[in-house]
Amino acid sequence: MSAVTLETNDRLLTVRPGGGMGPDLAEHLATHGTLSIPARDDTDWRTGIQRAVSASGLLGRGGAGFPSALKWDAVRRGRRRPMVVVNAMEGEPASAKDRVLLSYAPHLVLDGAEVVAAVVGASEIVICVAEDNRTAAAAVERAVTERMRAGIARRRMSVRRPPSRYVAGEESALVSWLDDKRGLPMLRVDKSVPLQVSRRPVVVHNVETLSQVALIARHGPDWFRRVGTPEAPGSTLVTVSGAVRSPGVFEVELGTPVVDIVRRAGLETELAGVLLGGYGGAWLHPSRLATPYAPGPLSAVGATLGVGIVIALPVGSCGITETARIARYMAGESAGQCGPCVYGLPAIATDLEQLAAGRADSAVLERIRARATAIEGRGACRHPDGVVRLVRSALAVFADDVAAHAQGRPCPGHSAGSVLRFPDGHLASRRAS
Amino acid sequence: MITRQRVALRLRVDPVACDAYGYCAEILPERVTLDEWGYPIVDGTPVDADLVALAIRAGAECPRRAVLLERVTVNR
Repeated sequence: MSAVTLETNDRLLTVRPGGGMGPDLAEHLATHGTLSIPARDDTDWRTGIQRAVSASGLLGRGGAGFPSALKWDAVRRGRRRPMVVVNAMEGEPASAKDRVLLSYAPHLVLDGAEVVAAVVGASEIVICVAEDNRTAAAAVERAVTERMRAGIARRRMSVRRPPSRYVAGEESALVSWLDDKRGLPMLRVDKSVPLQVSRRPVVVHNVETLSQVALIARHGPDWFRRVGTPEAPGSTLVTVSGAVRSPGVFEVELGTPVVDIVRRAGLETELAGVLLGGYGGAWLHPSRLATPYAPGPLSAVGATLGVGIVIALPVGSCGITETARIARYMAGESAGQCGPCVYGLPAIATDLEQLAAGRADSAVLERIRARATAIEGRGACRHPDGVVRLVRSALAVFADDVAAHAQGRPCPGHSAGSVLRFPDGHLASRRAS
Repeated sequence: MITRQRVALRLRVDPVACDAYGYCAEILPERVTLDEWGYPIVDGTPVDADLVALAIRAGAECPRRAVLLERVTVNR
């Protein structure tokens, strides 16, 4: 995904990518209009925003799909001034939407962060960009400086650079890095209790979520609902890759058939399946490509929106081999805290690698299923659960191939190249065959 | 209709703290089994009255203090 293409004339991404970064503050304001945020706590304004975002039906775009406005009340109630954390970690190797947004619409993201900060009464905004993501960090740094110079930054705003690891962007891991530099997911017994940094309550939002908040604050919930479906309103960013001519980030209406999303990126061949959500997402069977891209319809077929990843797997590729690569990668990305994840994920990855190679014993399928059941729900975070979902979907979607592989007849696609992307030098990319 | 409620205990494991000592499964096999790597799989439904004392002991004897006892309200 070195060359990121992106669609224009949309809501979030309104510039055509040219040579440099864009747009600066003046261009941003010319495109979207000004946004007035009260300097002091203003009850009418605050409740207006809360109502608008609730009524918009906006769900978080960071993977969990949690109603965004519901995060605010618990944070506001605390005695200490809250902190707003912008989650731009984007640890999913196949995702590019957050870095594209930060590069091409940084002020929209910062507008959203300012809105949330004003709603919850936060005194500080911290933008977390992964250490290896220099382009996005430079873009957002530049935008922050611009706002400071223009005198429109009402709160302390800083860019922080946590390590580039898959789980580093998990909400509690990110907050733990800010708090004490450990950067590990935490067990949250009661999720309604806000996370804290230096005993201050923290609200964490994904980059895209904040851009949507910035638009809803300007145009209102009815405008937001003009696209999408009643149950899943609005538009969302997807990162399409795999067997397509123009991989990249696209803005799509929720409810768009999955196949249309793949076509926008230039569908080239017949597909063996589509990976949706992320590396902890699920495979979609080619007979289900007409499924509307929205939480309800996707969950009915065992899939999820996740962070908007769409990977087209061409006929001739081996879904089991690809799944084994992902499982090995995800096993290596465990934070190493919980036994079921530390031992379970490598065990499942090995099972899948043997199955992929057609060298597995006769009990392999039973073993994978039993291990999936044993691991599910037993980590402090959802990292192992994502792998379980992906593996189960692979066994179902590639059922015919699975049966052949289990009988020692691996499909020819086993030795084909991968359509997946992994960080350079990762074990999964070396174990390609 | 009046629903009577009572407070019950529910077992939970803190997977971060747990180091697979396995004492909990020895003390309370009715509620805790071990996976193939020795980590506890707990039954999270309310603990029956006759097992409460053992559940408390399982929590107290865990060297990692990883066995959590949560209070839950259940209908009688």
